[in-house]
Amino acid sequence: MSESEALTATAVHPEAVRVPLWRRLVRNPLGVVALVILALVALGAIFGPLIAPFDQNFATITDTLAPPGGEHLLGTDSAGRDVWSRLLYGAQLTTLSALLCAAVAIAIGLPAGLIAGYYGGAFDASANWVTSLLMSLPGIIVLLSVRAVTGPSVWWSMVVFGILISPSFFRLTRTAVQSVRGELYVDAARVSGLSDARIIGRHIISVVRAPLIIQAAIVAGVAIAVQSGLEFLGLGDPAKATWGVMLNEGFRNIYLAPQLLLWPVLAIGLTVGSLVLLGNALRDALEGGQRTQGRRARRAVTSGGRAVMAAGSDAVPSASVTTNLRVPRTGMPRRAPRDLSVPAAPADHLLEVSSLAIGYPRQDGSMRQVVHDVSFAVDRGEVLGIVGESGSGKSQTAFAILGLLPPEARILGGSVAFDGTFTVAPGEDRVSPVRIGELRGKRISYIPQEPMSNLDPAFTIGAQLTRPMVAVLGIPKAEAHERALDLLRKVGIVDPARTMRAYPHEVSGGMAQRVLIAGAMSCEPDLIIADEPTTALDVTVQAEVLDLLRAMQQDLQVAVILVTHNFGVVADLADRVVVMNTGRVVESGPVRDILRNPQEQYTQTLLGSMLVGKEPMTMLTKGGRS
Amino acid sequence: MVAFILKRLGAGIVLLVAIAVLTYALLFFSGTNIARNILGDMATDEQVALKQAELGLDQPLFTRFFGWAGSAVQGDLGTSWFSSEAVVQALATRLPVTLTLVIVSMTLVAVIATLLGMAAAVKGGWVDRVVQVGAVIGDAIPGFVLAIILVTVFAIQLGVFPAVSTISPGAGAAAWVASMTLPVIAIVINYVTSSAQQIRSAVIDQYRRDYVRTLRSRGISEREILFRHVLRSASPAGLTIISLQFIGLLGGVVIIEQIFALPGIGPLAINATALGDIPIVMGVVLVTVTVVIIVNLLVDLANGALNPKVRVS
Repeated sequence: MSESEALTATAVHPEAVRVPLWRRLVRNPLGVVALVILALVALGAIFGPLIAPFDQNFATITDTLAPPGGEHLLGTDSAGRDVWSRLLYGAQLTTLSALLCAAVAIAIGLPAGLIAGYYGGAFDASANWVTSLLMSLPGIIVLLSVRAVTGPSVWWSMVVFGILISPSFFRLTRTAVQSVRGELYVDAARVSGLSDARIIGRHIISVVRAPLIIQAAIVAGVAIAVQSGLEFLGLGDPAKATWGVMLNEGFRNIYLAPQLLLWPVLAIGLTVGSLVLLGNALRDALEGGQRTQGRRARRAVTSGGRAVMAAGSDAVPSASVTTNLRVPRTGMPRRAPRDLSVPAAPADHLLEVSSLAIGYPRQDGSMRQVVHDVSFAVDRGEVLGIVGESGSGKSQTAFAILGLLPPEARILGGSVAFDGTFTVAPGEDRVSPVRIGELRGKRISYIPQEPMSNLDPAFTIGAQLTRPMVAVLGIPKAEAHERALDLLRKVGIVDPARTMRAYPHEVSGGMAQRVLIAGAMSCEPDLIIADEPTTALDVTVQAEVLDLLRAMQQDLQVAVILVTHNFGVVADLADRVVVMNTGRVVESGPVRDILRNPQEQYTQTLLGSMLVGKEPMTMLTKGGRS
Repeated sequence: MVAFILKRLGAGIVLLVAIAVLTYALLFFSGTNIARNILGDMATDEQVALKQAELGLDQPLFTRFFGWAGSAVQGDLGTSWFSSEAVVQALATRLPVTLTLVIVSMTLVAVIATLLGMAAAVKGGWVDRVVQVGAVIGDAIPGFVLAIILVTVFAIQLGVFPAVSTISPGAGAAAWVASMTLPVIAIVINYVTSSAQQIRSAVIDQYRRDYVRTLRSRGISEREILFRHVLRSASPAGLTIISLQFIGLLGGVVIIEQIFALPGIGPLAINATALGDIPIVMGVVLVTVTVVIIVNLLVDLANGALNPKVRVS
């Protein structure tokens, strides 16, 4: 356990705080064990001097290094002092000084973090500078120097260590405050005239309280470890029994009486371990509300600090947020042998989705179904629009065709066939990684919604365009480079050579989306799946990108599945349309029939919501679509 | 690039000066009568006063500090008040031991933690469970307690390794290996699982990004996604974790050296602070802070090379 671990240890979701904590905590066996041990240590610390059979420094010079048993429960040390009594006295000093350390760290870190997080500005900047200064100091060296100044005082060294470790509380508080400062309820409190002090007291302290307790437990553990370490080095006060002083005494007699080491090692190990386990158990208990799977998943979310999955796609079930990520082991599709056990699929259409059902496992083992009995087909060169609101299952269906569902998703029924090959054969519960691997990138490609987050920030645009062509088509790099330049020109980028050299953060959103469209076209696929390709763009850019999509589609005669919530986009591009709601197909048919004469109430509502306050689509009713 | 390095070096020097001033001022106000400590109880008050004048202890703080700093910038850190050994010499014989221990341990920790963290993130299963449980255990047992257990069992009871270091000036490689093995093991066990746990989180965080899904959709193999894209984007987080561990270890190694009786910076620092040997204490502080500044600079440079956004700004 080191200082740096405490500095990086805690990160708790602020929204997970308002949860009945103690009840969750006592359900965790490790948490209970830790609490019991800490309660015993606390009892020892409070009543130790009263129940200790001897004074901490009472020495029987004739009875040194006595073995356990008899008058001395745990034997005596090299000066003939009773080990059990010293252990009890030590509990008091050790725990009190650890509490002092945590108190000092909180007293500095909490207010500084509150002010820096709430007001920002110059205080924030200077506090951050001090924080990084403190964090770049090697703690023990500083404590040694302090000891040279103050003499062997446990209290002084723990005060200084409290200062050294205060950045852990500062950062925790600052991050938590920053995350709630922009929340609506804080704004509401401000508008209703509450003073800053009351807002901080009422709304913000409640958010940081639980993470602070966790961090305090961990810091107290580190403090005991550091303090015992110093005393072990012989820098403690020899007149006071602490666990570290006893450790030092034991280590000096390691050849004569190694058992002397055992008791302080046990005391320190159990106490520090219990504090850390208590911190972990508290953290787990806090996240209990969000828990859907095992313990591993929860830790992943905590320490990662973010649980963003499939940003922007609709109907991402909560399960996928916390689930442990696991890449399928059959991850090298092109080298895997062809699966001959699967029957040949009908090849009437380019893509045929039949009675597809998708679900996610709940914590209790049951399935939460997000797509029910969805069937449709796409022919070569055809544009199919899938329309629905968030949560309609349209993106889940699209990702099932691409084989890009989260690993815990299950196909509950139905099949997906692409040009005579089942990517999901009837009866299979997942998309076959082997069969989809042979198609993905080569014959089926994908245009994502959010352009910026879908390019790897660490690679140039050129590298990200050419690499798939080299990998999928097996063409030389130079040829791929030429083709990439050509593609960029086709998607309307003025200076392709310069764009190739640029990193994603150096181009605009609209430009990044053009790059992604070029990437989707690069291997001349038969089917492109575009997931809300214009939603994240500015309105003016949206029109340009739609024009580009239409032009490219007509140019290459590629089939497109256009997933969107926007009937306008569908009217603009699609030949046929499938309307989805709550995981089911509501109605489907040629785009003009659906727009002119929607049969279902839901489609009418969807169309109505779009048309309110707008010009009637006269162009469509006159059949004037270009 | 050069401007970036110069800027960071400038900030490092400011930090170094700030810490030197702070430490010197702290030591100035220390209550101990150093001249009395050096001469012992038998010395007369006149002798003590003479010694104080000789060491410049009767001078005001600013005179003393600028005297020390003036020689320090010329590479002369003075001599120990107690052993009369030159501070630079004392550091030069001990620093290699400490740096070897820290660098070998941290390299091993970095390599093993990266492999474990990646395996835990990608494969899950038992590797993942080992990392998770190991991280909790590693956090719960103080490093020096683990080292004491190791030295008791393997050096004293079993006699597999020497309990007292055999490193001395001119000692062969065999002595170094024999003396370093057990401390390195103690450090690696203590640090590796918590680093692995954090690297695992960094890898998982990258896997959740949208661009990974897009790469899959382009037909890029899982192996390439992991090694070319995910690992690269996760490595700044990993480097930060390792550098924090490194700084922590620079302090923690003091105790480890004491346990394994290694003649590094640790015992020097402990003795000097116990006696009030200010020249040595200042030397140790300067050296450790310099190492910290160099490590941070290297991490910044590596992050710049890995992350084009940092490079530009």
